[in-house]
Parts: sequence; C-alpha cells; structure tokens
Amino acid sequence: MKFFRSITGAAVLAAVLAGAGIADAKTLKMAYDADPVSLDPHEQLSGGTLQLSHMLFDPLVRWTKDLGFEGRIAKSWERLDDVTVRFHLRQGVKFHSGNTLTAKDVKWTFDRLRTSPDFKGIFLPFKDMKIIDDHTVDLVTDGPFPLVLHDATYIFPMDSKFYEGKAEITKHGDSFASQHASGTGPFVITSREQGVRVEFTRFKDYWDKSSPGNVDKIIFTPIAEDPTRVAALLSGDVDFIAPVPPTDLERIDADPNVDLVTMTGTRIITLQMNQNRVEAFKDPKVRLAIVYAINNAGIAKKIMKGFGTAAGQMSPEGYLGYNEKLTPRFDLAKAQALMKEAGYGDGLSISMMCPNNRYVNDAKICEAAANMLAKIKIKVDLTTMPKAQYWPKFDERAADIMMIGWHSDTEDSANFYEFLSMTPNKDSGRGQYNSGNYSNAEVDRLTEASLLETDDAKRAEMLRKVEQIMYDEAAFVPLHWQDLSWAARKGVNIEAVVNVQNFPYLGDLVIK
Amino acid sequence: MHILAFLIRRSAQAVIVMLVISVIGFSIQDQLGDPLRELVGQSVSEAERDAMRDRMGLNDPFWVQYFRFLGNAVHGDLGNSYFFKKPALDVILAKFPATFELVIGATLIFVSISIPAGVYCAINPRSLLARAIMGGSIIGISVPIFLTAIFLIWIFAVELGWMPSYGRGETVTLPWGWPTGFLTRDGLAHLVLPSISLASIMLPLFVRLIRAEMMETLGTEYVRFAWAKGLTARRVWFVHAFRNTLLPVVTVGGMQIGTLIAYTILTETVFQWPGMGFLFLEAVNRVDTPLIIAYIIVVGLIFVVVNTIVDLVYTLINPMVKLPGAQG
Repeated sequence: MKFFRSITGAAVLAAVLAGAGIADAKTLKMAYDADPVSLDPHEQLSGGTLQLSHMLFDPLVRWTKDLGFEGRIAKSWERLDDVTVRFHLRQGVKFHSGNTLTAKDVKWTFDRLRTSPDFKGIFLPFKDMKIIDDHTVDLVTDGPFPLVLHDATYIFPMDSKFYEGKAEITKHGDSFASQHASGTGPFVITSREQGVRVEFTRFKDYWDKSSPGNVDKIIFTPIAEDPTRVAALLSGDVDFIAPVPPTDLERIDADPNVDLVTMTGTRIITLQMNQNRVEAFKDPKVRLAIVYAINNAGIAKKIMKGFGTAAGQMSPEGYLGYNEKLTPRFDLAKAQALMKEAGYGDGLSISMMCPNNRYVNDAKICEAAANMLAKIKIKVDLTTMPKAQYWPKFDERAADIMMIGWHSDTEDSANFYEFLSMTPNKDSGRGQYNSGNYSNAEVDRLTEASLLETDDAKRAEMLRKVEQIMYDEAAFVPLHWQDLSWAARKGVNIEAVVNVQNFPYLGDLVIK
Repeated sequence: MHILAFLIRRSAQAVIVMLVISVIGFSIQDQLGDPLRELVGQSVSEAERDAMRDRMGLNDPFWVQYFRFLGNAVHGDLGNSYFFKKPALDVILAKFPATFELVIGATLIFVSISIPAGVYCAINPRSLLARAIMGGSIIGISVPIFLTAIFLIWIFAVELGWMPSYGRGETVTLPWGWPTGFLTRDGLAHLVLPSISLASIMLPLFVRLIRAEMMETLGTEYVRFAWAKGLTARRVWFVHAFRNTLLPVVTVGGMQIGTLIAYTILTETVFQWPGMGFLFLEAVNRVDTPLIIAYIIVVGLIFVVVNTIVDLVYTLINPMVKLPGAQG
C-alpha cells in the first residue's frame, strides 16, 4: 500500500513540476554486460574500469573522436624539451568531497599509478612528475618518449586528502578505494549493489560548465545475457546498451524506436603460427600461403555480417603505422602454388586452438579458417574453449595456430609490435604474446627506435616499415578489426559521445 | 527419540557429503582456468602474475591448500571470493533469498497446476482435455529452459509490454534481513516470468507422474472396495486415492529439487536474477575458485537438508513408514 501511495505521490509531484515548467530530471537507464569490478581506478587495467573512471573522475587529457587530444583537467600543455612536457591545470576544479584540486593531487595520483601492478607498465618510461606550482606540473621521461599525451589519458587525478592513509591498492582484499571514490568527474555514486545495480547522480559542482550534458541521474544495471539485454532495450526497460550482440545488430538497426551506432574498432583479431612447434612455419612461403588461403574479407562479410573491417596489417586507419598499401589478401591459386614451391604440396597436419567466448564470433571464425586451410591441404585439428581455460593454454603455446586479439593501450602502433611481434624476451617483457615466436631483428630495432622518437613524421616512417616487413613475411595472419557497437532509444544522443576507445563520455550526453 | 537419532545420523551424513564434494571441487580447480587472468590486465608481466600467485598461496601443493581450506572451513570460513573480496559464504548467503523466492514461486506454480491437471487426466484419461494436456507436456519436456525463458521475455516483455524483462525489481527487507520480492507489486511482477520458466521444467514431469500414480492407485483393491462400499466419488478420489499417490510423488519431488536448483542457474542467467545460480555461473566464468567450491558445498548441504525433510514428510503422509535407520 505504501508503495502505491508513494507512486501516486511521485506522479502528482512530477505533474506539478512539469506544469510549473521546471526542467525535468533526465534519467538514463543503461545496461552493459558487466558492472564495475571496483571503484578504485588503479586496481585493474580494463575497459570497464576506464569507462567508470570517465564517469567518476576526469583525466588530464582525453581522446577525441578523430584520435586527437582535448584537455580536461589540463587546460593546455607544451613540450619544453626532449624529456619534459608541461601541463597547465584548470583552476577551481572541485572534488566530490568538496576539496579543491591542486597539482599535489595530480602528483599523488601519478605516484600511486606507478605502484599499481596493472598500470605501472604504462608508466615505465616516465622518470617523475614535478610540481612547479599549484596549477602546473611537468611530466619527465627517462629519455625522449613520444607517447606522453597518450599515457596522460590514464592519469585521472584522485582526491589525495580523501584517500589519505587509506590508499592501498589490492586485488584480492577489500580496500577503501575499491568501495569509496572521490574524483572530479560529472557523476557521483549514490548507491551500489555489486552485480545488480549502481546509481549515479550528477555532481552539482562539476567544473565543466560548457558540457552540453543534461543527464541528472544514471541507473546502471549489468545484464550479462545478450538476448536479455536486447529485450530490455526493445521493451523500454533500459535506454542504452552496450555492447550489442552481433546476432542482433541487424534487428536493432531495423527497429524504428532504437538507434544503432557502430564504429570501426581498433582491436585487431589475428592468428599466430607457432614456428617452434611446426618446422614448416619457419618458411615465409608457407606462412604467406596460409594468409592467401584465408579469406578474411569473406569472414568479415559473412560471419561478422559486415560488423568487422578486413585487415591486412595490425594498425587500423588513423594510427601512425597504418599503411594503406597493405590490403587484405586472398588468392587460393597463389596459396596452393606457394605451398608447392615450399615443398609442402602434399599438405600438413596441424592443431589449432581458439577461445569461444572472448572475441566476437571467435569460434565460428576459427572454424571457417580451418575449412579454408583444408583447401590447401592443411589438415586442421581445431579445439575451442572458454577464455578462462584458453589463456593458460595460450601461455603454454599449446597449439600450432592460436588466435589472439589485441587492442593497444596507448592507441599507438608500437604497442602492437611490442607485445605481438618482437622477439620474445623474458627479461624485458617484449614479445610477451608472440606465441608464434616470430623474430626479425629489423622489426625489433624499428619498434624500439619508434619509442624514443618524438617526431611524428619520423615515427610514422618507422612504424609503417614494420608493417611492411610483417606483411612481406606474413609474420601473422591478420583477420579484421572488430566493430564497436552501442544502441540507444531514440532521443538519447549516444552518437555524439562514443569513441573508438569505447569510453562513452556520458557526462556530455544529451537526452531529448 | 527416534527423530533425534535420525537427525543426528543425517547430520553426520551431511558432513561426509560436504567433505567429499570439497575434495572433488579442489581436485578439479586447476582445470577451471587461471584466476589471475581475470584479476589483472593483459599487459601485466608473467613475473608479476607469478608473484601474485605465490602471495595468494596458489603455488602450494594440493594437500597443503586443501588442509588450509579445511582448517578454515571448520571455523565457517570458506575463503574469500577473488571477485567480491568478501567471504565466499557471505556472498552466497546474501544471494540465497533471491533464489529461494524464485524456487518458491516456481513451486507454487507447478504444484497448483500439476495436481489438478494430473488428477483430472487420471480420472478422465480419454477426454480431449486430458489428451491435450499430455500432448502439451511433451513439448514442455523437449523445449530447453533458456528457450522458454527467452520466448516468454519476447512475448510478454518486448511485444506486449506486460511484464518487465529482467531483474528482481523492488524488494522490501524484512526485519531479520531477508529481502523479499513478494510484498511489492513490482517485485511480484518481476517474479512471474522467471517462475513460469523454472516451473516449465517440473510441470510435464509432475503432471505425468501424478496421472500415472493416480491411475495405478485407482485400480487397486482397496479403491475398488471403497467404490463398492458406496463412498462418494469425491471421498474416493481425494481422501483415499490421492493420499497414496502422494508418496511416490513426494519422493520424486525431493530428488527433483536438485534438478530445480541446477536449472536456477540457467533461469537466473537469462533473467539477470541476482541469485545463487547466476552467481555460480559468473564465478565459473571468472575462475573465482573459492566461490565455486563454496557454492557446490552449500548446494550439497541443501540437498541433504531437503532429502531429510522429504523423509520426515513421508512419515507424516504414511504413518506406517518408519524413519530410515530408526529401528529398535
């Protein structure tokens, strides 16, 4: 009964307010496939954590839609010399707790990032952050480093006074920071039940007065099951969902009450050929044959239903290393000829492993690839498994061909080569995910050099050269870049705030 | 006194069951995957991960880990969930009310439908309605539950808009900390579709079972004797025949609780119902080993408790049946 009464009361109030012409509170009901693991932005380096960071905190700078940078906490910056970049911070920025942001908070955050097991790797090239005055900091690197701004997008200043003495970062304990947050971001968490629901309200002292965003309240519910998430959107129970399951992309596109927004992503899906396990893979002709035999454009069209862009290289368009000459290749006759040339006209017998719940249509893609390889007489014994079991197998290099997708943390080409193409080195960590053991001294040299070169034009030349070498030698099998997808009901202008990193800037979201 | 001895014996049995389950759970935990992958990002070095594994005690030999677990378990500590960072037992028990209410909802539905349907089919086996019910029950058995669930969401939430499409809705927390969905209209609305989905597993089985048992009972000597005595149809059917039908139905019902619990995993996942089943599935995906092991132990305990209750109910229905092991 109380419930009925409160509902009636709320309805009357809403009617009165609407009648009085007061701007009605805009509430966004949204559903992702998972909810935030923790409120501590430094606990885990993952998409979910960063998405939350953009809601509760603000970074020094953030990516724009066209892969440029716009200043957030930092209103301007300049490079002083080869190793120093100076950032000028905005004044009068308030934290949720009421404290005011100064350079001290920025440095505190930077120092904490370097103790985080997940984030410290990103900040290895940095020597220190120097406080020049209350609103100026200098980021100093060990040597010339071109990706200072790219990495600055990970610095979300935290309220040092709020976290004082309780700043422990812990992965499997219950820390203060994982349950409490005070940032400068557009939203404050008002309630949270992990795995069920998180409620946000707009921060009334938010510094960005020029933000067009008009969302006052967000009700966030995770819906893990794909069809349920779609049903929730189509039935009106939620206003905005992401990701959109590939099986429903066409249907949502066709629905007149809902908008589908897709974007070519920067996550490359590849197959790696293990040269240590299969002697034949040491021969570039055999690897090229495999690349020519796999019709990745066909896979993008038929299996990904057009929601993937066929790739001939690792770097997507917009990255410095992108080389438009390196187009996807498919030529069955050529593949067969190459196999004969290499002396494997009679074919090979190999094993292949893929995850079945990590990348979009991963298992189906691998099945298609296995069938295509059969045409050049490569007999493939394919096993697919859930990602929890797959990654240990990947570490063990348990199959001759293995699938891996990669997204660059720095939105820069070099990151791909660092982890996937460089000669594996246990000490330096290079080539950590190079299961094929592909090794080319020139690729190694160029990648390392690109990380010390601050001139974009020179860097681009080096990185494009790496792509060319890998293309000529078929270092790996490129498949496609996964599209990103979001869907919202009409009136929720999601298109304006999404980007290729998949960090929707909900603070700027406008609901009609 | 019989009951006391019986209960003590059952408790001992419960402990043995849980021990066996925990050993099995522990021995397969290496095959479940690497929890570190879920806890750290992709660019964290192998060395860092190994160091973490050491700190978490995951590199210790099997028996060391197991006895550490047992030592804690005796104090009621089944370990901390890697994901929730809280004691696994607390996490599971916090989700128990949601699953329990779902099971109650489903039970209410299938009991209130299967008993009249089964009895009717037994009494009028050749009628059109009876044939329709039996035919329909075959469909019910063959359609997988998640299909039923998604179909229901589609028709009633998306197309018709009558029911909400996911979640538990509003809950009211009772004085002793139990959040219930039964006291609000919103909570009840959210219970409808999931309960129907879960009930759809049991309905076909129970309709057919009740019908078969009832038909057999109706053919026995004493029932014929009751007809001969001139008792009213109502007395013959419901006082004499039905009561004896109940015995095997209750037995099967007790065993089916296990199936019901297993199917909550699927139902809860489709409806994003925040219960134990959904929790377990996510724990498996995340390789949250302490939570996985704690769940299967808790479920083992539930089984033993339910079967104990079934045995006690047995003696209520049929006073001639003695409690197992209660002789002399």
